[in-house]
Amino acid sequence: METTDIKVLDKVVVRFSGDSGDGMQLAGNIFTNVSAGVGNQVSTFPDYPAEIRAPQGSLSGVSGFQVSVGMNVHTPGDKCDVLIAMNPAALKQNVKFLKPGGVIIVDIDSFKEADLKKALFETNEPFKELGINAQVVEVPVTSMTKAALADKGLDNKSVLKCRNIFALGLVCWLFDRPLEAAIRHLQSKFAKKPAIFEANREVLQAGYNYGHNIHASVSTYRIETENPQKGVYTDINGNTATAWGLIMASERSGRPLFLGSYPITPATDILHELAKRKDLGVTAVQMEDEIAGVCSAIGASFAGDLAVTSTSGPGLALKGEGIGLAVIAELPLVVIDVMRGGPSTGMPTKTEQTDLMQALYGRNGESPLCVLAATTPTNCFDMAFEAARIAIEHMTPVILLTDAFIGNGSSAWRVPEASEYPEIHPRFVPESLREGWKPYKRDEKSLARYWALPGTEGLMHRVGGLEKDSDTGAISTDPVNHEKMVALRREKVARIADNIPLQEVLGDENADTLLLGWGGTYGHLRTAANELNAAGIPMAFTQLAYINPLPRNMAEIMSRYKRVIVAELNTGMCADYLQAQFPTTHIDRINKVQGQPFQVSEVVEKVREILGK
Amino acid sequence: MEELIYTPANFKSDQSVRWCPGCGDHAILNSLHKAMAAVGVAPHQTAVISGIGCSSRLPYYMNTYGMHTIHGRAAAIATGVKLANPELTVWQVSGDGDGLAIGGNHFIHAIRRNIDINMMIFNNKIYGLTKGQYSPTSDRGTVSKSSPYGTVEDPFIPAELVFGARGNFFARSIDVELETTREVMIAAARHKGTSVVEILQNCVIFSNGVHSRITDKEVRADRTIHLRHGEKMLYGKDMNKGLVRDGFYIKAVELGKDGYTIDDVLVHDAKLPSNFLHQQLAMMDGETLPLAVGVIRDVDSITYNDAVSQQIEEVRAKKGFNSLREMILAGDTWTVE
Repeated sequence: METTDIKVLDKVVVRFSGDSGDGMQLAGNIFTNVSAGVGNQVSTFPDYPAEIRAPQGSLSGVSGFQVSVGMNVHTPGDKCDVLIAMNPAALKQNVKFLKPGGVIIVDIDSFKEADLKKALFETNEPFKELGINAQVVEVPVTSMTKAALADKGLDNKSVLKCRNIFALGLVCWLFDRPLEAAIRHLQSKFAKKPAIFEANREVLQAGYNYGHNIHASVSTYRIETENPQKGVYTDINGNTATAWGLIMASERSGRPLFLGSYPITPATDILHELAKRKDLGVTAVQMEDEIAGVCSAIGASFAGDLAVTSTSGPGLALKGEGIGLAVIAELPLVVIDVMRGGPSTGMPTKTEQTDLMQALYGRNGESPLCVLAATTPTNCFDMAFEAARIAIEHMTPVILLTDAFIGNGSSAWRVPEASEYPEIHPRFVPESLREGWKPYKRDEKSLARYWALPGTEGLMHRVGGLEKDSDTGAISTDPVNHEKMVALRREKVARIADNIPLQEVLGDENADTLLLGWGGTYGHLRTAANELNAAGIPMAFTQLAYINPLPRNMAEIMSRYKRVIVAELNTGMCADYLQAQFPTTHIDRINKVQGQPFQVSEVVEKVREILGK
Repeated sequence: MEELIYTPANFKSDQSVRWCPGCGDHAILNSLHKAMAAVGVAPHQTAVISGIGCSSRLPYYMNTYGMHTIHGRAAAIATGVKLANPELTVWQVSGDGDGLAIGGNHFIHAIRRNIDINMMIFNNKIYGLTKGQYSPTSDRGTVSKSSPYGTVEDPFIPAELVFGARGNFFARSIDVELETTREVMIAAARHKGTSVVEILQNCVIFSNGVHSRITDKEVRADRTIHLRHGEKMLYGKDMNKGLVRDGFYIKAVELGKDGYTIDDVLVHDAKLPSNFLHQQLAMMDGETLPLAVGVIRDVDSITYNDAVSQQIEEVRAKKGFNSLREMILAGDTWTVE
């Protein structure tokens, strides 16, 4: 008997692809969780179409799920080592993501003439037609699945629905993943359908056995692990992390959490998660539109809740006037924008960083507010917490920018203790100021006004969208007062810089060049910087999470480097924003607006181009 | 007589009222101060939320918690206030433009959910603060600055929207009838759920006399009927006219004429679960049938805020967690030693 060739790798990238009804996201998710469970770092990228069910087998209906597992994993990987394609359309759409020397696993039962036609192949030789010279493992997934379930009494449709789990079983064998863990995940997924769970367990084992039996024809992999910090871990995507970060802020501030929202891709999972969290006392309401989402939150904020609204770019546009009200009424409000491709409806399921200007300036009048951006799926937890902390302690709306990539992407995450996060101190009217208190009296240091909650005796007051006298809080159209209030609101936001961490520079700090990104591109840019340094091109790297105000040391950082390369998934919004504030810094730009995250290789290549190296 | 804990003065702020002299809003404000005193909820337990427009200035004249917000959004903001603190008595003040045009969506959905707020719609059939454009309640043909040749669209009848949105409380008054306004405001405050009060209000500048064919002293008794729960539907200067059933419809008769007696006259039942008759009463327009004022519908049903908090309590009783960490640890996790 031949022995299986075992490759030892520090990380591998697997891409599951199939029809959007084939359950590729589920297979990918279980593989991710199982890998995280054996101690791998994981990073995922679900790439799914906007159509819920495009015609079966068509190119537009292909759904993909890419995951990188192993050590030093910061991204889901540019390209994959193993591509699973459940039909010809999936193969055609995804072969471009395969690394040279990678392996393709196809369900050969789905490569009949009719299937090839649906995927617009012109010949009966799909591999030749696509110019594939990689190793292709042709697996009869459909017939093996049917055979495994022959005596289970399931209807044909239910049988076919298990094909994804056969593929999962095969991949588990390939990467030496423990089946018990995968079975546990199936059990919780199909807890209410024991017959379906049984079928899937059977098929999982069949897929694993199939791999074992053909093991001579393909190499298997051993993935290295590193020892992470001790503790309890769970797999978490960015949207869930955002929801949980808000709950943590509610615990640390003592203010009940309120979410007023409206369904919008790719932000809706935040609403879903918080709607479930009635078990923690969260009030999450689905309002009649985006405007009512933000307005109900403003009402809840006035009444004393930690109030949040969640949306994506088009929804942020609709909420603009409401956010302006929170600016002038100086109420705490957290606005989450999970960015997607625009303008207008744009590309709802794809990722972009094109809402930065909208977040900073997309309101009438002088209406400054705090803008934050989360850098990774797990960092969404920390930045959602920060957004709430800053909103409450500085009495201001805060916009937190995340994006489809980190919102849907997931990583392993150590479950923190509440005590790892600071207490948040709501700015209630101090006893000493209650005599003669007026609604726009401010804390001298932060310039924040105080939060006088309805229901409190003696603090009745009115706030609203009209300009107010800086002293009495009464309506005022006095020109000098207005200019004073504009300056006060701006300075209040600027002083948030006293209450946020300094910007950290990674990589080779003494390099001449700084690679700078913001938000969800962290993983790709950090990996690119590492690769550049490894290739002998000294590179400092920093990723902005606090965008307005910028950390106190940004001016020093921007003056330290000969050139700053700002890389972002838009046509240069952050570069423009920084150039306006640091006019003497030489800024180069790397931009991409394709609805897709950066690839590490393209960033490395463009940096080399800019530097002529 | 009931002993009042609060007087109207307790609800007045120190701001000088800036509506035009003769504006109907003065009378409504006055009635509201009195109604709040009669309801007896403390000023600090009261929140008044408005949108934008002349009527929406009202919160500044109240010594309560208040928000003067943005155009059309008062219902959505009031919903958030009530959900965050259900102990508060929440009033919303809007005009016909604010509430039914730009805010129309929030208006119907607040009513559909039955959030426990008291919505006052000051209906003067015109945009006053922007200086005289037609509104969604302006009659077809209304000449205004934005309709110099007359409007070519039909108006909303606020009551019809309320019933279309499955409203459980609708009342109507006229600005000059201070006592009726006070009476319906008190009923609105006592009703659990969304209470809509339409107040026919006169804008002396841009739509002066828009309601006068019904509200003028000389004709009012014959063109309006004050409905009171449990009482006969009688009206007229001499209270000799009444409403009777006419097949599926209602008709107005004179007692003693055509053989009609007091026994034929309908008794108003504001508590009827079916809104069929309430709708007919609310749609009477002062032409062949008198315009109805008073509480037309007042039916109890679970409020949105109660339903929201009850559901949270039920879920927590069944599988509540004390902390985020506890909730996460109950899910899929693994331990790194």
